Amino acid sequence: MSTVDTQLSKHSCEKIDALIAKFPADRKKSALLGALNVVQHENQGFLTEALMDAVADYLQLAKIEVYEVASFYSMYELKPVARHNVAICTNICCMLMGSQTIVDHVEKKLGIKLGESTADGRIYLKIEEECLAACTGGPMMQVDHVYHENLTAEKVDEILDGLE
Amino acid sequence: MTEELVTITVDGQELKAPKGAMLISVTDKENIRVPRFCYHEKLSVAANCRMCLVEVEKAPKPLPACATPIMEGMVVHTRSAKAKAAQKAIMEFLLINHPLDCPICDQGGECELQDMAMAYGQDVSQYSEGKRVVLDKSIGPLIATELTRCIHCTRCVRFGEEIAGVREMGMTNRGERARIATFMNQAVTSELSGNVIDLCPVGALTAKPSRFAARAWEMIQHASVAPHDCVGSNVFVHVLRHDVIRVVPRDNEAINEVWISDRDRFSYEGIHSEERLTTPMVKHNGEWKRTDWDTAMGVVSDKIKAMLEDDAIGVDKIAALVSPNSTLEELYLAQKLMRSMGSGNIDHRLRQSDFSDQNSVPVMPWLGQDIEDLENLNAALLIGSNVRKDQPMISHRLRKAVVNNGAQISFINPRTYEFNFPVASNISVAQQRLVNELALIAAAAYKASKNAMAPHLKNILTGLKPTVEHKAIISQLKTAEKSTVLMGNLASMHPNSSVLRALAEAIAIETGSVLGYLSEGANAAGAWLAGAVPHRGVAGESENIVQGYHAGEINNQSPAAVILLNVEPELDSVHAMKNTLAQADMVVAITAFDSPTLRETANVLLPAATFTETSGTFVNIEGAWQSFKGVCPPQGDARPAWKILRVLANLLDQKDFDYMSSEDVRNELRSQCESIVLSNTTVADASIEMNPAGDELMRSGDVPMYAGDALLRRATSLQKTSDADTFCLRVNSAEAARLGVMGSDSVSVTQEGLSALMNLVIDNSVPDGSAWIPMAIKGNEQLGNAFAAIKVEKV
Repeated sequence: MSTVDTQLSKHSCEKIDALIAKFPADRKKSALLGALNVVQHENQGFLTEALMDAVADYLQLAKIEVYEVASFYSMYELKPVARHNVAICTNICCMLMGSQTIVDHVEKKLGIKLGESTADGRIYLKIEEECLAACTGGPMMQVDHVYHENLTAEKVDEILDGLE
Repeated sequence: MTEELVTITVDGQELKAPKGAMLISVTDKENIRVPRFCYHEKLSVAANCRMCLVEVEKAPKPLPACATPIMEGMVVHTRSAKAKAAQKAIMEFLLINHPLDCPICDQGGECELQDMAMAYGQDVSQYSEGKRVVLDKSIGPLIATELTRCIHCTRCVRFGEEIAGVREMGMTNRGERARIATFMNQAVTSELSGNVIDLCPVGALTAKPSRFAARAWEMIQHASVAPHDCVGSNVFVHVLRHDVIRVVPRDNEAINEVWISDRDRFSYEGIHSEERLTTPMVKHNGEWKRTDWDTAMGVVSDKIKAMLEDDAIGVDKIAALVSPNSTLEELYLAQKLMRSMGSGNIDHRLRQSDFSDQNSVPVMPWLGQDIEDLENLNAALLIGSNVRKDQPMISHRLRKAVVNNGAQISFINPRTYEFNFPVASNISVAQQRLVNELALIAAAAYKASKNAMAPHLKNILTGLKPTVEHKAIISQLKTAEKSTVLMGNLASMHPNSSVLRALAEAIAIETGSVLGYLSEGANAAGAWLAGAVPHRGVAGESENIVQGYHAGEINNQSPAAVILLNVEPELDSVHAMKNTLAQADMVVAITAFDSPTLRETANVLLPAATFTETSGTFVNIEGAWQSFKGVCPPQGDARPAWKILRVLANLLDQKDFDYMSSEDVRNELRSQCESIVLSNTTVADASIEMNPAGDELMRSGDVPMYAGDALLRRATSLQKTSDADTFCLRVNSAEAARLGVMGSDSVSVTQEGLSALMNLVIDNSVPDGSAWIPMAIKGNEQLGNAFAAIKVEKV
């Protein structure tokens, strides 16, 4: 596969190749979710049209197939976002535990609404649509790939202030 | 699927059906109506609309009939209280986000959602919240979108993936934001895309060219036959008062199933072209004057009569060039008139340049099998064929063979075409090397069969060394249970088509494959049967008929009078005819359209009807005679061409032209064709010679999908699609480097003393040694023969 002419980085190709190897040879589409993760991670947390095209070519899929998946899952960003992805869970358990106060606090602190990025390109406040499966520790949030549980306003301040 | 039959009970009625069949297919066969949106018999099962929920005893909840395989003893209720409640609830869900804008919706009156809502819906909805709105995107000139109306059945998505073979549409986003879209809102490009208009059960995808033009219940539906390719897809023409509003498919499993190509669907727009010729016109002292039929016909008949009586001219100097898109009746009368006057100078093969084997070819070009049989193939070799664009419905059958049987289909072409199915080999070599390349495959065929070479081929096959690829093609054909070798449009146009034919036949014989032809236009087969060729009469009769000159010879013989039937000479012929026609004393054009070139070359223009305005018959490539009726009156003073020819024959005092209807004409011909047994076996000719290809750059080209005939060239929406080609020169990057030119340069092209300026496009689908200029589009009149040596210079 790596011999294919592609826009994807060598590192991305290696990782995608490893994903492809996990599935039967005629089921390359199975590697699509993983491949998009790899590519998004390398591109400061968002996908571009060119990158999705490149993934489509690499996995020999129709472009629309990649776009369907990328637009379906909330974990893919199709527009440029700030470098740190902050997702506060607002699903039912966290909501009962007071996630709305956390959201209000963070929105006020950063001066942006859910779904926006700070002007300095530091923090992107994601609209988290799904339960992040840490209900025992609600309210919780995910910062980049790390879970933070049992949040309070002070704890959130500390975490956000610690982001580069 | 196993053929074991099981017994089920539906609404108290006992039915027997194959085990495992989907319930909805069984109820459909028995005419038990189950509502549905997403299910379609030609598409895979999605089961996502849930409209077909029915009650199955012992099942805890209602089941979707489209995704429920039947089992022995199953008891189904389609109209029980439980089933009805489920259907009603689903209907309410589907209408939640539907705008209910039926009064301004083109689908109104023929909408499945409207019908289902009447039958299964409620009068009021409990839903009082805001409705979702989807902004519309343009997906091309053929399909109008109103995606707020979409109910997400995904028929259009599945059509693209499963039938058209190109996945262009998809469902993006999710939940309430889910919508049908193309990737980044690109236009759809499939040549079958219009079928999603019929598939869409609501008004989300409608026909753009006929948008807001008429209501379904105002139009009258007439059965007809599509006039552009040798398939003869069955269509319905929808007419409002005297105007054709649209064309839709008419089911015929044996020919086009339930689909038609965009070409057959949207070409009707040409009927309303501003270039329609609506009155007879006569050129007098270089000036064109509108006139009436009597005067125009008088001018023609007087002139021809005078020529017939003039010993210095005589009947030998009268010729007819006819389009293979003309009806059988028109072609028959044209040749009958010519032969009755004593001339055999008639030809429909205007895009053919090699006539050397015309005496040994079959009685008509024939597929060699039924169209339906193509989907059972295991292997095929297509020679000189862009089947996907030339005959989309044939391509559809081949695609089925590939998808369902894993058929191995190979191509050998003068350009690398893209197909909508995976191909085994896709060989492309310059036009001048095509014969050599095919000879290698034929040599491989003889090597594999170990038979002695046919004597007439020995000359060119001895000593050839086929490659692995050539051998692989032969082994695919040879090991296949069902295989075929097909000669496409580009093969019959090729300057050495007789050699290609001889080689194709040898390959077919040596590999046990069926030899078949795909012909140009809607009625090339009919033209042969009608005798619209110089060397054979009606039904292939070769003795006791008046022989004449073929299209190439007519062009070189400077005829005194030429009758053109549905022909635009500069576009419909590979021969440069301008000078020939300019020198003729009398050029009569029977044509539906006026054009500057016709005005320049002709003396009399007689307005003819288009396919919806005349009755007639097309014979398709499997030999089916399909007759159709006129569905609307001809525009202005135009008349069906068969009537024009009949009257002309009467005025010229020819006997036996007393037809009252086109059926009379057809029946007269039909009775002479009854004894024909179709066969593609030719009589092996004298030894074939082959001139090695030189290093010269040679011109090559094909007829773009939407340029094949006068009607298509005026179909405005089709001309806006990406399949509408422009007059430009294509060479590959290596050739461009040799020529010292670059992409988007303007270049000067010279051939046979003629030259033209055009844009250069670098296109690596064009092989080395080839300069590709599409035929049949404006600009071609500046150049000569379509396959000559050519010089390219940077301007």
